[in-house]
Amino acid sequence: MGYVAVKGGTMAIEASIKRLTYDRLKGEEIIEIQTILSTMRALVDQVMSESSLYSPFLAALAIKQAEGSMEEAVFLMRAHRSTLPRLYYSDTVQPESMLVERRISASFKDIPGGQLLGSTNDYTHRLLDFSLVNESPMQNKQWLQDYLKSLENNVETSDSVTYFPKIVDYLRKEGLFEEYEIDHTPPDDITKGSLQFPASRSARLQVLTRGQTGAVTALGYAALRGYGQVHPTVGEVRVGELPIYVEHPNEVEQDDEDQFYIGDFKMTEVESFIPITKKDENNEKELEFEIGYGVCYGQNETKAIAMSILDQCLEHPEWEFPTHDEEFVLLHIDAVESTGFISHLKLPHYVTFQSKLDSIRQIKKGAQKDEN
Amino acid sequence: MKTNTHFAFLDEGSKKEIRRTMLKAVAIPGYQVPFASREMPIARGWGTGGLQITLSILGKQDVLKVIDQGADESVNAVSIKKLVQETTGVEVTDQTQEASVIQSRHRIPEVALTKEQILVLQVPEPEPLRNVEASEYVTKRLHSEDEYSGAWLMLFEQIMKYNKTATDADHPVYVNDRYVMAPSPIPRFDNPKMHQSESLILLGAGREKKIYAVPPYTDVKSLAFDDYPFTVESFEGEHCHLCGATDVFMDELIDSTGKSLYQCNDTSYCMARLNEKEKLEVESSYA
Repeated sequence: MGYVAVKGGTMAIEASIKRLTYDRLKGEEIIEIQTILSTMRALVDQVMSESSLYSPFLAALAIKQAEGSMEEAVFLMRAHRSTLPRLYYSDTVQPESMLVERRISASFKDIPGGQLLGSTNDYTHRLLDFSLVNESPMQNKQWLQDYLKSLENNVETSDSVTYFPKIVDYLRKEGLFEEYEIDHTPPDDITKGSLQFPASRSARLQVLTRGQTGAVTALGYAALRGYGQVHPTVGEVRVGELPIYVEHPNEVEQDDEDQFYIGDFKMTEVESFIPITKKDENNEKELEFEIGYGVCYGQNETKAIAMSILDQCLEHPEWEFPTHDEEFVLLHIDAVESTGFISHLKLPHYVTFQSKLDSIRQIKKGAQKDEN
Repeated sequence: MKTNTHFAFLDEGSKKEIRRTMLKAVAIPGYQVPFASREMPIARGWGTGGLQITLSILGKQDVLKVIDQGADESVNAVSIKKLVQETTGVEVTDQTQEASVIQSRHRIPEVALTKEQILVLQVPEPEPLRNVEASEYVTKRLHSEDEYSGAWLMLFEQIMKYNKTATDADHPVYVNDRYVMAPSPIPRFDNPKMHQSESLILLGAGREKKIYAVPPYTDVKSLAFDDYPFTVESFEGEHCHLCGATDVFMDELIDSTGKSLYQCNDTSYCMARLNEKEKLEVESSYA
């Protein structure tokens, strides 16, 4: 008998789900949520970023349940997100007030406030570390104690919090960047309305920031490599914690002092400097800098930089390049949408295929008649 | 940290918003109303649009039927039914007549639906003009200007190439003489069932974030030329090898000898006919 949807689907599904559980359990090891939280920072950050849901605990739970599959973990988080009522919007966060852990500039050696390397893989050699095979908690504890002790002797605590200024502000003062009025229009919320074209910049940035890390990186790379017109210099990459405040929902008089602090979140922010040609009043071409902006949850610098490239691409539509076409970019980078539709091809298509078969047979029949 | 699932999974605010979208869709037959499609616990492209509609309209007294490719027991139908039942507790059924809400992928049941019933169709690609125009911005404008030469041209080109129209499932339809609509990938065989349908038909595309509708007693015409009329899939001379039905959409199976066998695609229809036959046989043997 052919491959047909027959009775028995329910039992087959249950057996398949049991088999999945078996595969997760058969090694007879359990990974604790806490272990994922403390050892898989990068994965947790990426999952939160692609799910637009900032909760390290839930992300770690999703990773555990998904057995480490990114697409599956993001899927779980997004579905959970749909069950949560969205009650408030936070106040606009000010990235200047970030508690910076890492901040570098590829544009200037001497940036006000200095370069702060922080923690990154960028300067490591990618050699497999075989000592990790026999890593022990005792050794780790010792290392931590030594590290903290060495800091104690060399670092002075400060009484005040210092914020790092934005590099672009200095360049703005020099007139190299255009000054824009701060736009107080409330942003479009793409989770509460569907994306319309042409999309507003706020909608574009939201789609880019929750885009699949690999997809955003690939399209950013394509734009850089020849399928785009953008050649950026990274002005500033910063990683750190940002506080979030909400206003009192019922209070009429709003005062900054009355805001509620609801926690902070870790983020990566990138400002890329991109030279563009503009025509001046005399219709002569001149060079000017513009900013490409990238931001995402957690520490994920590649994605934020790629996002900054695509942001700039989409600000300047060029018909020859797909990376400058907002429908092409924005409609294809979402993790849940792309993986979902690709995977639907695994569903049976008996009806549509039968219909196609009929169509092709009818045409063949007709063609033969014509030849005779 | 453990939470109970909300009734019908989605929060009340989301369901209300989706119902509002449906009201607009009913008011403008065939028009694709954009909505803020939620991410569901099943994959995008596996029926999340239909599922959001179903979850938003279900009340506790409703009876649900889910079909996938004509079958109630197909893996995706089972999975959707299970999810809806777990989060709402509504009764499910295989019997088309018993259901108040029928969610379906790729088929309209063989039994005519009534005005007490709502048919929810899952739609992968709601834009009937997507094949001729890639941009959403442009297709939206074409719809607003009633500019469907692209769709007609597609049929015309097929006639030039193949001597007949060569659409398969998802043959575009004109709804209420205004909007050209993708009827979800139902076979051409099912297109006529939409015309002057007694039941409300709601179509949901989750990934593409559109909801549209065919209200009861609405004109639905399949696009065709006078000299090249619309034709449905032909099962001429074939009958279901189980129940003997003709004039239904059939699956083609290859048996062990390599011969083609035909069988009702609508499994619950086939089952009902078989039961009926058996009943008659039993009755006649007792008599």
